[in-house]
Amino acid sequence: MSLRRPAKNQPEIFEFSSSSMEEANKIVSKYPKGKQQSAVMALLYIAQKQNDNWIPLVAMKCIAKFLDMPYIKVYEVATFYTMYNLSPVGKYFVQVCTTTPCMIRGANKLVEACKEKISDKENELSNDKSCSWMEVECLGACVNAPMMQINDDYYEDLDKEKTVEIFDKILKGEDPKPGSYRGRLNTEPENNRKTLMDEKNA
Amino acid sequence: MPKLKVNDIEVEVEDGLTVLQACEKAGAEIPRFCYHEKLSIAGNCRMCLVEMEKSPKPIASCAMPAAEGMNIKTNTPFVEKARKGVMEFLLANHPLDCPVCDQGGECDLQDQSMFYGVDKSRFKENKRAVPEKHMGPLIKTQMTRCIHCTRCVRFATEVAGVSELGAIGRGEDMQITTYLEQSMQSELSANVIDLCPVGALTSKPYVFEARPWELKKTETVDVMDAVGSNVRVDTYDWEVKRVLPLINEDINEEWISDKTRYACDGLSNQRLDTPFIKYNGKFEKASWSEVFKIIKSKFENSSKDKVCGFVGDLTNMETGYIFKEFFDRTLNNNNYDSRSDNRFLDNSERENYIFNSSINGIEDADLIFLIGANPRYEATILNARIRKAFVNNNTKVISLNDSGDLTYPYKNLDGQTQTIKTIFEGSEEISKEIISAIKPMIIIGESLLKLNSAEHLFNLIKNFLKKNNKFTEDWNPLNILSCDAATVGNFDLGILNSEKNLLEELKSNKFEIVYLVGQDNLEFNKKDEFVIYQGSHGDKGAEIADIILPGSAYTEQDGYFTNLEGKIQKAYKASYPPGEAKEDWQIINELAEVMNNRKLFNDKEELESSMFNYIKLQQEKQTTENKVQSISDFMNEKLNIQIKDYYFSNVIARSSKTMIECNNSKLNIKSTGTEG
Amino acid sequence: MLKDQDRIFKNLYNDMGADVKSAQTRGDWVNTSELIAKGRDWIINEVKDSQLRGRGGAGFPTGLKWSFAPKEVGSRPHYLVINADESEPGTCKDRDILRFEPHKLIEGCLIASYAVQAHVCYIYIRGEYFIEGQKLQSAIDEAYEKNLIGKNAAGSGWDLDIYIHYGAGAYICGEETALLESIEGKKGQPRLKPPFPALIGLYGCPTIINNVETIAVVPTILRRGGKWFSSLGREKNTGTKIFCISGNVNNPCNVEEEMNISLKELIEVHAGGVVGGWENLQAVIPGGSSMPLIPKEKCETLTMDFDSLMAEKSGLGTAGVVVINKDQDIIKCMARIARFYKHESCGQCTPCREGSGWMWRMLERMAKGEATKDEVDMLGDVTNQIAGHTICAFGEGSSWPVQGLLRHFKKEIEERNNLDPIVQKKNNIPYLVDQHLLDKKNA
Ligand SMILES: Cc1cc2nc3c(=O)[nH]c(=O)nc-3n(C[C@H](O)[C@H](O)[C@H](O)COP(=O)(O)O)c2cc1C
Ligand code: SF4
Ligand code: FES
Repeated sequence: MSLRRPAKNQPEIFEFSSSSMEEANKIVSKYPKGKQQSAVMALLYIAQKQNDNWIPLVAMKCIAKFLDMPYIKVYEVATFYTMYNLSPVGKYFVQVCTTTPCMIRGANKLVEACKEKISDKENELSNDKSCSWMEVECLGACVNAPMMQINDDYYEDLDKEKTVEIFDKILKGEDPKPGSYRGRLNTEPENNRKTLMDEKNA
Repeated sequence: MPKLKVNDIEVEVEDGLTVLQACEKAGAEIPRFCYHEKLSIAGNCRMCLVEMEKSPKPIASCAMPAAEGMNIKTNTPFVEKARKGVMEFLLANHPLDCPVCDQGGECDLQDQSMFYGVDKSRFKENKRAVPEKHMGPLIKTQMTRCIHCTRCVRFATEVAGVSELGAIGRGEDMQITTYLEQSMQSELSANVIDLCPVGALTSKPYVFEARPWELKKTETVDVMDAVGSNVRVDTYDWEVKRVLPLINEDINEEWISDKTRYACDGLSNQRLDTPFIKYNGKFEKASWSEVFKIIKSKFENSSKDKVCGFVGDLTNMETGYIFKEFFDRTLNNNNYDSRSDNRFLDNSERENYIFNSSINGIEDADLIFLIGANPRYEATILNARIRKAFVNNNTKVISLNDSGDLTYPYKNLDGQTQTIKTIFEGSEEISKEIISAIKPMIIIGESLLKLNSAEHLFNLIKNFLKKNNKFTEDWNPLNILSCDAATVGNFDLGILNSEKNLLEELKSNKFEIVYLVGQDNLEFNKKDEFVIYQGSHGDKGAEIADIILPGSAYTEQDGYFTNLEGKIQKAYKASYPPGEAKEDWQIINELAEVMNNRKLFNDKEELESSMFNYIKLQQEKQTTENKVQSISDFMNEKLNIQIKDYYFSNVIARSSKTMIECNNSKLNIKSTGTEG
Repeated sequence: MLKDQDRIFKNLYNDMGADVKSAQTRGDWVNTSELIAKGRDWIINEVKDSQLRGRGGAGFPTGLKWSFAPKEVGSRPHYLVINADESEPGTCKDRDILRFEPHKLIEGCLIASYAVQAHVCYIYIRGEYFIEGQKLQSAIDEAYEKNLIGKNAAGSGWDLDIYIHYGAGAYICGEETALLESIEGKKGQPRLKPPFPALIGLYGCPTIINNVETIAVVPTILRRGGKWFSSLGREKNTGTKIFCISGNVNNPCNVEEEMNISLKELIEVHAGGVVGGWENLQAVIPGGSSMPLIPKEKCETLTMDFDSLMAEKSGLGTAGVVVINKDQDIIKCMARIARFYKHESCGQCTPCREGSGWMWRMLERMAKGEATKDEVDMLGDVTNQIAGHTICAFGEGSSWPVQGLLRHFKKEIEERNNLDPIVQKKNNIPYLVDQHLLDKKNA
């Protein structure tokens, strides 16, 4: 993934909605006085949430003013961290982990499913414009590999068929259930539990 | 004061210094790219690695504080290997395009790659291509060459005080850019060109003009403002190709303003290269003897007191002095002045017109009060010092006026002179702050001195400071911020007329002959006056002239300038005047010869020694006089800071295409509103 | 196998519930104020006695770290920062603590904050763990409601506020100083050390940074005694540890086990064995992607703790065990890890910025067999030019796995990549410019 460039088509204006504003003020209050710049990451999230999951340049400017910091500093932050989308993504934003632990358990099959079901290329909207997908680095659920994230939720212990099923659901606008798709409890060893037996049977 | 060993040489360094500085002290040179004395430490290039006893890894010497008992080695195979490795990485993605790079010949990367014998990286992948960035009319970018040292970013943020440069993206995709690729809103922006150790940021106006080794280099001083920045002028044949800063820790440290650097193309535009005479409203070329003859007859046919003269803002002291001598001795009158406005000046004491606390003093000040001054535009480099004081010591700055962005925060007052009055009558909170400050600085701008109550206010301020014992052995809180290079020198030479108001007389057309030397700023409606204009550029003065005597610019003649602090410095001749043009002192000397059959001075040396004698006498007189301050009238006025258009403040700047571009690029940003 | 009663994280799989009530039945928040009443020195000593080492990767003794905090609070407040950035490939233990045992963490925060005299604690959670963050937040809200934190937290007389700060997709923010930069609202680029965060950290104030697991085990250590903790495992490698076993095993899982457990036991007993049987094992990454892999031969007898893995030129790191069997192309596996590091390099310092991409590209070619003979050694040179020359430990983290590969699988690489160098040049021209022209001529 190269430099994340801002989208070509940029809206002219951006303003925090009143609920965003309230949230923003709450976040600023978490940090010591005069250190409001700390809130920039959270505010970028708020802007992203408010603006259909991506951050236009005007929003960065708006945040810079709100926090009294130079625009370039907001821009630096927005381009440094990969979770800020600088151009539009699907309403269902699918991120497939393909780092080694997932890779060796078949993450490439998940990528195949993405290509078949959503779009041929990464970061491209599906035909109905509701989904897009991309490969990402380790999402920190290696024990439940292969896995992917759709918006905030993790979908774990997948294979190609199950992934396709999930995609069929989201393409119909349904929200599939997050978690393990092999029915195991979180990170326990499937069918092979030797520990915490009392707790299990309690 | 920690003691440490560098290559077995024991050195003792001041507290807070780094290992790199200690190594330098021990005579061991340390290669570096990101480290720069005047900037914060980034420690990111990793070129300065050295070996430290007990550390298994090499350490970055620029970032490591020197500590007692360290044992540093800079010349072991271990160190060389580490540096070679870093060098190889730097070259991995760096294009090998030295033959077509403007930095060629003065590139740190090129030099060090030769030194480390790493001719080429073993990198076989495709080199990274980085798109160019637009950074305005002065800075040309070639970002593929960038080695991410972040000097430019640190300069913009720390010294220039404009956080407009940044490094976006991350990892190998990190790129240096301005926000949305706008030009940098700073009058110091082009210093990043000097700072950039490679050819990523080069000079746009200078692009492909010449190779460094083809240029003649002259160390001299700048005249674009009254600061007197030390510069090096590089010439190719007679043309000034570029102006670069020289280090002078007392004045400009190692920065210069964009105007100082780039107004130099104005030296080859609009030049007066031959004498002219106006016949029927049209200028015609003439010879020197013709014009001298006409001038002589004009002088002979009008009465002495109907002649007046004015010298301008870029005139060197030799010229000013011989001009004065010409009036005193040849014409026998004292109708001369160096002021183009009615500004108040009490030259009985030198401290009344110089920047007494000195530029270095700014860093010691604990309170700075700007009255009628906008240092950002009137003395950019001095402003950078105020910013430095703010950054390092959090120095409090107050300004009578709201001057917009000065690159540091300040408290602004209402801009009324009544406010000055109440403060310096001692009844305000600020009065107390000034009294309790140990080293306060009151910086008075020319705009204040032009007010009707200037005299009253000036004396009020000075008396207040005196009364409260703010003048001490090592501190003088009174500072006048002059805007032009010639101002203080002319005052030292006494080129002013305090008996009559020459300007008023000129405006009411009392004179028959007006002799202007480099003076383009006079505002009067010309009637029947015969105007002689001597100068370098066809500007406002030449427009109204009847006779034009082509003179020289500051790069074409040796000449002294006294900066706003009262430091006298010599500007050296770097090229020669165009065409028939002559050095200014010479023209006047020859004119005097035509008139009286006798030169004023036999040669420049005689002129100089006479001038210095005069100044010495003058200053001796001043210290003995000690006049009692008269109390003149006061009326409340609004103090408006009149700044000349920054990029067009003198004839050279006005003739410079680059300055026009700079001006336009700022206007663009304002009009498209992308700024706010 | 560790006895269940000695497991600290009883709700590791969420058999019960993460709420405060359920946590209390597991022993959390019981008489916390009494622990605190025993005083700072007692707490720090007990932690020292337990020989607890940081669970974030570097294994630094925790009690010692806490004792670096200034003894007296000066004009600058102290901070405690919890590192929940967990981005090391192969690691997903902190996630379970955040979502299922949040009260262990919160109680640990209170005790640690008291010990280092902090009134504010920030928990830095990687942005992807949004759901986990929300679960933690509701636990924090609960704790505020029950006066377990806030003013006079848990009746201890100590005031503590806990805030969550989300990351946004940057592995480097797990590095402690990059993490501080990130909390300050900047790019996550590591700081130069010295100064160390214990003296100049968050907002220029003294700051102690610990991993989630490190802090979450502290209350139990204090309740059961440092001696109990240090009786598990072995000297300097004590206590229990959550292992994450992923990759080609039949039952990948997280499991809390005794330090110094044998690798084989972890894989065979808890993770259901290697897919295709033990004989099908190729190599194991023992401690998250940064740690050099270990080939099968050594896996037989390997025990899992800081020092024994160090002896094998690897490390326990985060205890993220990635099992790779013979069905995998080991060069590809490592190339993918190199790609991870290339993607995550912050770009600040030269060796890492330029070197991480270089290693990745070479490995990709090597996986395809497109590299020349000489490049295998050159790859080794590049790793050596990175490791030890960077601002932070990312340099080691990115080059160690490649060094591990070269150490144990050099033969495989060489067999696949035996092309002769294209240009056999021996002439050494000292000038960059000339070299450039010369190459053109040769091309
Ligand atoms: C590149 C890099 C990434 C790191 N990532 C993490 C991480 O995700 N979580 C973590 O707890 N520590 C991480 N660390 C280690 C931290 O810098 C630090 O050592 C640790 O948080 C200290 O806590 P501990 O003493 O409790 O282990 C990382 C270190 C480096 C160099
Ligand atoms: S542009 Fe030049 S000064 Fe700026 S970071 Fe790159 S190499 Fe350094
Ligand atoms: S000069 Fe020290 S790291 Fe760049």
